[in-house]
Amino acid sequence: MSIDKKIVDDLVANDISFVTTVPCKQLAGVIEEVEARPEIFHIPSNKEDEGMGLCAGAFMGGKRPAIIMQNTAIGVTINTLATLIQYYRMPLPMLISYRGELREPVACQVEMAVHTKALLNQMNVPTYHFHKESDVDELDAILKYTFMCNKPVAILTDASFWGGYGDQ
Amino acid sequence: MIRSEILRDIAPILRDQLVVCNIGLPSQELHMIDDQPTNFYMLGTMGLSSSIGLGLALAQDKTVISIDGDGSVLTNLGTLPTIANNVADNYILMIIDNGSYGSTGDQPTYAGKKTSLTAVARACGCENVVECQDVDAGKVLQAAIDSKKMTVIVVKCDSGNIKLPVITMDPVVIRDRFMTAIKA
Ligand SMILES: [Mg+2]
Repeated sequence: MSIDKKIVDDLVANDISFVTTVPCKQLAGVIEEVEARPEIFHIPSNKEDEGMGLCAGAFMGGKRPAIIMQNTAIGVTINTLATLIQYYRMPLPMLISYRGELREPVACQVEMAVHTKALLNQMNVPTYHFHKESDVDELDAILKYTFMCNKPVAILTDASFWGGYGDQ
Repeated sequence: MIRSEILRDIAPILRDQLVVCNIGLPSQELHMIDDQPTNFYMLGTMGLSSSIGLGLALAQDKTVISIDGDGSVLTNLGTLPTIANNVADNYILMIIDNGSYGSTGDQPTYAGKKTSLTAVARACGCENVVECQDVDAGKVLQAAIDSKKMTVIVVKCDSGNIKLPVITMDPVVIRDRFMTAIKA
């Protein structure tokens, strides 16, 4: 089974039916799979804090949400995490493309990569790092944990997990 | 009319609907005028009232009214294309456009200068965009509810604030009673 399909299967199995995304090359296959599933309402957002607002509304309306984004956007979502998602105590799985890690070809991506875990740690956001393909086996448990504790939870997926960036 | 007078005017219409209310003075005013479990008060996170309301409208069938401000919409301008392209006919975005950042001391916004949020919303692809004057807000809002079509309302009004207390209700309590009201 493809990794993209396995990830979206886990979302669906955990009753996640409202997913907002901001595009990413590494997550393109997952986003395509999210779009294709009839069980999921897929709503692309223009910025990740906007996406978190959509997720907060969907959660209050009775749906389990998730956001798919890049780690660079941690920088633009700190306030929303603190004053909306955490303050009102809402669950939010954040499937994050972890750019700027090993095999990264673009130097600037490293500049936010070095802050990513520190920021998530400072925000007390439970954080999991998928580095090997088999790490995805924990996704189901992470999603259950997220909706058990009503917190935002970060799943960082790096280039090694995705099998590199291909020829470049 | 200033925003608090408009809210007082439309409170009898709002009380039967799910309302997501913008951060700062708008929430404090609505809370003081007519606190309801069907009101979701934003205590932080400027700009996301429209996004929270859209997410809520897409997730369930009851009518949702997001009360937003011109300054907050400018902060999250990307919301308008998302609204336009994800039509929820149970969703109304009411922008109270006083041309100023009210909660921070009435500094002017670009919406009070050359930028028309009505024109921006239309350019983003929103199909039912109504601009009206403060005195007509209630009539236009009721018509939007009755139309069962997603509507963006831009209410032009004067800037100005009244003195009132902050909301001390716990955010989890606000959220929990709102969710209970949604399910009722
Ligand atoms: Mg204003």
